[in-house]
Amino acid sequence: MSVNPELDRRTLLRRAAAAGLLVTPAAGLLSACAGSTPSPSNDNAGEKSDDNPFGVQENSAVKVVIFNGGLGDQWAKEDQAIFSAKHPDVTVNMSSTQKIKTEEQPKMATTPSDVVMNSGADMMDVSTLVNEGAIEPLDDLLAAPAWDSPGTVADTLLPGTVADGTFQGKFYVVNIAYTVWGNWYNDALFSKEGWAPPKTFDEFFALAPKIKAKGIAPYVYDAVHGYYPRWALMATIWKSAGKQAVIDIDNLKENAWRAEGVLPALEQWEKLVKDRLLLPGRLDHTQSQQAWLDGKAAFIQVGTWLKNEMAATIPPGFEMKISDYWGLGATDKAPNDVYAGAGEGIVVPSKAPNKAAAKEFLRAVLSKAGSAKFAELTKSLASTVGSGDKVQDSALASANELMKNAPKDLVSVKFWNFYADLDKESQNLSQELMAGRVTAAQFVDKMQAAADKVAKDSSITKQTRDA
Amino acid sequence: MRHGVGRFVTGFLALPVGLYLFYVVWPFLQAAGYSLTDWGGYSDRQQFVGLDNYLRLFSDELIRKAFWHNVFFLVTVPLFTIALALFLAFLLNVGGREDKAGIRGVFGSGLYKVIFFFPQVLSLVVIAVMWQQIYRADGQGLINGVLMKIGLVDENDPITFVYDPEPFLGVPAVLWWLLVIAVWSGAGFYMVLFSAAMQSIPKDIYEAAILDGAGRFHTFFRITLPLLRDTVSVAWVYLGFIALDMFALVYIMTPSQGGPNHASEIFASVINFNAFQRGQFGYACAIAVALAIFTILLAALQLRITRRERIEY
Repeated sequence: MSVNPELDRRTLLRRAAAAGLLVTPAAGLLSACAGSTPSPSNDNAGEKSDDNPFGVQENSAVKVVIFNGGLGDQWAKEDQAIFSAKHPDVTVNMSSTQKIKTEEQPKMATTPSDVVMNSGADMMDVSTLVNEGAIEPLDDLLAAPAWDSPGTVADTLLPGTVADGTFQGKFYVVNIAYTVWGNWYNDALFSKEGWAPPKTFDEFFALAPKIKAKGIAPYVYDAVHGYYPRWALMATIWKSAGKQAVIDIDNLKENAWRAEGVLPALEQWEKLVKDRLLLPGRLDHTQSQQAWLDGKAAFIQVGTWLKNEMAATIPPGFEMKISDYWGLGATDKAPNDVYAGAGEGIVVPSKAPNKAAAKEFLRAVLSKAGSAKFAELTKSLASTVGSGDKVQDSALASANELMKNAPKDLVSVKFWNFYADLDKESQNLSQELMAGRVTAAQFVDKMQAAADKVAKDSSITKQTRDA
Repeated sequence: MRHGVGRFVTGFLALPVGLYLFYVVWPFLQAAGYSLTDWGGYSDRQQFVGLDNYLRLFSDELIRKAFWHNVFFLVTVPLFTIALALFLAFLLNVGGREDKAGIRGVFGSGLYKVIFFFPQVLSLVVIAVMWQQIYRADGQGLINGVLMKIGLVDENDPITFVYDPEPFLGVPAVLWWLLVIAVWSGAGFYMVLFSAAMQSIPKDIYEAAILDGAGRFHTFFRITLPLLRDTVSVAWVYLGFIALDMFALVYIMTPSQGGPNHASEIFASVINFNAFQRGQFGYACAIAVALAIFTILLAALQLRITRRERIEY
């Protein structure tokens, strides 16, 4: 019985319980409100100064856990070098993993690492971390002087970075990578055929027959992970119905999904599916990206990490370029807003033993030198101003170009970070819409029902966004 | 003298029993304890909520769905696995030509035994990843590719396997496709188990039956199956546990871990969602405890139904 899947359930239970074992070693099983007043950890507090705003104590140690995914972990080693140059007597214990939740979640309530990059498929749910008080607000980091440029840390961040890390009015998550989303195409192919990347769905529907005539599917998408098509659906909704409509959706406002412009946006996608403009089959993210690189499909929508992720298999002569998501045209309320924002979040657990050094380390990560290295090594922008200025890469350049023409408002959606239930439902429905099994109208009805259910559920902590 | 033996036995058993209590029983008890709280899993904040979590179970639509999917596996996984394993074991041990040399399996049965047992050597995760390529839903998938080549499947309309929620015989197709993997990966082990049991059946019983003119059909249903009763019953219980789990297959193979659109949701995936995505460890523990109770009851029931007097031979 070596391959008994029964073990998996047991492992799950054991993990759940083992986490608990660490939480309340002595308090007993049914203790109500066990130890809700943890002693404030003021250890490791050295003298504070402008150069050492958090009072990092020399001869202390700081434990840093890095998610080693599409971006690798070399950039973090560069940050470590920058940090150590200033604090040679502080020991940095850095490790990298792909299993953030598996390894870090059981430690959160007792002795967590000081800096945790909470990213990847196995990340800890951020709203739960915030609701449980398991991570530290980092507003003092924003107010601290920047590492190697004038002004505060907040001054060095790209628009959206603070908003993307803010929950219930406090700044918790430092998102270090700046991602631009949109429709990618092969510029070499498009120039050869004389095709212009469309700006609206109408232009796309006009171009599609020409693409099909060349034996290429107009569009391919990741059919396995529901959050991939969801980015595109939400971007269309934002463009068509405007910023306030999405803010209302995030805030669970009554009938937010029935706002003007939402349904027509989704109907474009329904039409795209009905007209059989998709590459047949059900592919996951790398399979669909590879199919696109192999010239089987003309467009794919994904973020700027694409080039780094597929670096090994890009065919020679392929010119990756990103263009903005398509709008509906004249009726659009926010036709030029670009989907962009900060991602790859780093958090500091509330019970981290050396929070001062953790924040100081984050200051080093957000330094000018650190972010330039980040952009160079990962071919994605860091969430600090000017990180990509020196990087020569056509894909990144097209993303820069897109950002330069973007208005101040950036497309951003919060409800899936706020509520796990809505997250799951919207992923499922996005997949169903793209599979042609629900219509745009049914999508709206079901999302509205799911949102109403969350709004009514008193056991779920509500969150709001203002902008 | 007797005292010494007692000490020896105690010393021998203390460590394993201690480990078992600490790593198996204690976590189970803890899970039961947490199921009475609203613990979120990331902090030491928790409040005693009594049986609230258990009451919630009954109105949870997702659980109802998961329950019926688990019931589907509970019926089909043991049924198909045992039927296939028995069939294979019979062929490999007593299904061969009846000649002077006595009763034996089909030609090359030793080799088949190894081949059929092979999936058992692989980790279930490896099996799932392998089947992802077999089930891949475009021309590059093993099944789709072959069927497209011989023209049985339209290139523009590949079979979508685990991405297909459309009902087949009243059950989402994705569950049937998962069932195929579960049966394939389990049959080899039970084939070996049944083979061992069959080999312990004295050959002269078969010889006597054959002399009396019994064919394969009769020897199987009149001799082999009744004498394997105990083994089959144990296998049924084990397979019942596996059928109530199915976590690894659902987690790795299906979109959104239980999709598409909840079509393959099972208890374990609901537990996983509640604990690790919704941050409701207390509620997840309650589901787990309910599942454990359900499992124990089923096992007890099963063993009771199949209890019979032992046949000595």
